Amino acid sequence: MRFAGLSARAWALSGAGLVVALLAPLFILDRFNTIQFAYVWAFAIALIGLNVLTGYSGQISLGNGAFMAIGAYTTAILYYKLKVPYGLTILPAGILAGLAGYLFGFPALKLSGLYLALATFALALSVSPVIKNFGDLTNGHEGIVLPSVTDPFGLGLTNEQWVYYLTLVIGVLLFVFGRAMLGGATGRALRAVRDSETAAAASGVSLRQFKTMAFGVSAFYAGIAGSLFATITAYVSPDSFDLPLSLSLLVGMVVGGLGTLAGPVLGATFVVWLPIFAQDIFRNKPDVSYGVILILLMFLLPQGIGGGARQIYAWYRRRATSAGPEEEVADLGPAAPPHAAERGAGRS
Amino acid sequence: MQGVVQQIVSGLATGGVYASLALALVLIYRSMEALNFAQGEMAMFSTFVAWTLISIVHLNYYLAFGLTIAVSIAGGFLLERVVIRPVEKAPPLTVVLVTLGLFFVVNGLAGLIWSYVIKPFPGPPGFPQAPVSLGGVYVGMQDLFLIGMTVVLLALLYAFFQYTKLGLAMRSAALYPEMSRLLGVRVSWMLALGWGLAAGVGAVSGMLIAPIEFLDPNMMQPILLYAFAAAVLGGIENPVGAVVGGFVVGILLALIGTYVPGARDLRLAFGLVIIVAVLIVRPGGLFGRMHVARV
Repeated sequence: MRFAGLSARAWALSGAGLVVALLAPLFILDRFNTIQFAYVWAFAIALIGLNVLTGYSGQISLGNGAFMAIGAYTTAILYYKLKVPYGLTILPAGILAGLAGYLFGFPALKLSGLYLALATFALALSVSPVIKNFGDLTNGHEGIVLPSVTDPFGLGLTNEQWVYYLTLVIGVLLFVFGRAMLGGATGRALRAVRDSETAAAASGVSLRQFKTMAFGVSAFYAGIAGSLFATITAYVSPDSFDLPLSLSLLVGMVVGGLGTLAGPVLGATFVVWLPIFAQDIFRNKPDVSYGVILILLMFLLPQGIGGGARQIYAWYRRRATSAGPEEEVADLGPAAPPHAAERGAGRS
Repeated sequence: MQGVVQQIVSGLATGGVYASLALALVLIYRSMEALNFAQGEMAMFSTFVAWTLISIVHLNYYLAFGLTIAVSIAGGFLLERVVIRPVEKAPPLTVVLVTLGLFFVVNGLAGLIWSYVIKPFPGPPGFPQAPVSLGGVYVGMQDLFLIGMTVVLLALLYAFFQYTKLGLAMRSAALYPEMSRLLGVRVSWMLALGWGLAAGVGAVSGMLIAPIEFLDPNMMQPILLYAFAAAVLGGIENPVGAVVGGFVVGILLALIGTYVPGARDLRLAFGLVIIVAVLIVRPGGLFGRMHVARV
């Protein structure tokens, strides 16, 4: 039984997950946890975007934090300085970031593997000084404090619950949009580019068109995530978008695995909650735990926890029934071969 | 005109720092075709070791300098054995992700041990900060020390790789791993040695920049970006290119910082522009070879 490319079981699981996510703030989560899970959904949006770029088109980015910064500052400036209702700033934030990403995609066309990692690393490092430089617009290193947002429909939600539902709904919409886009010809073209650029080009797939598009889409998602970040935190500052943010996105993607359905949510949960748990061990430096986890994951599970879980599941199915496990496994999402991104680099 | 010469000299001095860190990056790139994103943080850690030796143990500056290099070489060697060896045969990007992990860990550890409070770091005794006039151009003695150290470093490395048996073994291990193994070179140990040397060279860059930029766990991050720009500019496989690239980047940044209004804060972004521009216009760098990929 398949419907819209998903098996009945995948539908049931996603539906159950969504119901839990919808009810949790009303019954289980306190104010602090509600906010943290709002961050999880925002992070998941950014990770879906990064997945499009790395998991599908095979281009690595260490600098998606820069596109989040563009989104966050678009919202902050429109909302705070020009008094535009924040709801109307989310889409422009995504579009502006997406445009920046699309443009960055052109020089990126010429860079493969390691060099793209290097260029995007430089991008991540240069965000915060650039923001500080345009102090008239961005208030420099002081940042911009935003008025906190309230439930506009009088549903009786607290501010925390309102931003939670806002990010959740936008997240689900973008998730569905992403699947629709990647499920069809576009997704196939991107995967073809990832697996072999030469073969893809020979089959009439325009590398230029699809690789820049992947950058644009990825940055669009990052921009929306950044805009939601600004809304949740009610504050933006250059230091929120420095290197650790970009690297935590990378950690989230590696943890969630490439090209899986549940990966971004898993990765986002990990990235948001790990610092909170690790706070006592490493005082104010959650980065140490990110680093240790990243290294260990590279040793143990090069496909991430999501990919690793799939491997274990596949192995289990193979033992249980000797026939036909592959199709079920594939249902969990487009299968990404191990080291999808690395392949391009290794070939040169 | 004199002002320009002045800026060029001070650019050469900071350029020496970028050059030595770029040299460290090149050493590792040559041995395993991977970029070490933790190189700057390793150098920062070494500099803190030097600071401890000088300010807490009260060792002589030059003794501490030498001791720190030795400790860094040993540390880099160990780091390779423990953290990089498991992914030695993995694709380069896996190695890159591991070095990014190292970046976090080393930075955080330094913060835990030495805190994030900015510390002053002594300059080399005998080379006062006060400038002396050389034909009308005022040059800080410390700047001369910086430039001199970089050139000495390059000469030492050149001699090591060109004239010693170990250097020859390291070069052959990097170029022809299988054949070297057949001839009895322990390739994996040569990689570790490469990491050790890189850590030592990086330590020098950290100790040279610390009197200028002050000491704190985040001090090497911009330097690393400029060092990447220098290495890419010179051709990422070419040590001489890296040093020339370092000096060029140093001079460019000094001139831009002085003569382009409002550009001081944008120097990092300028590093990004250099990297992307060089990679697009001349991917092999100024001195590098062009690679032809086989389909």
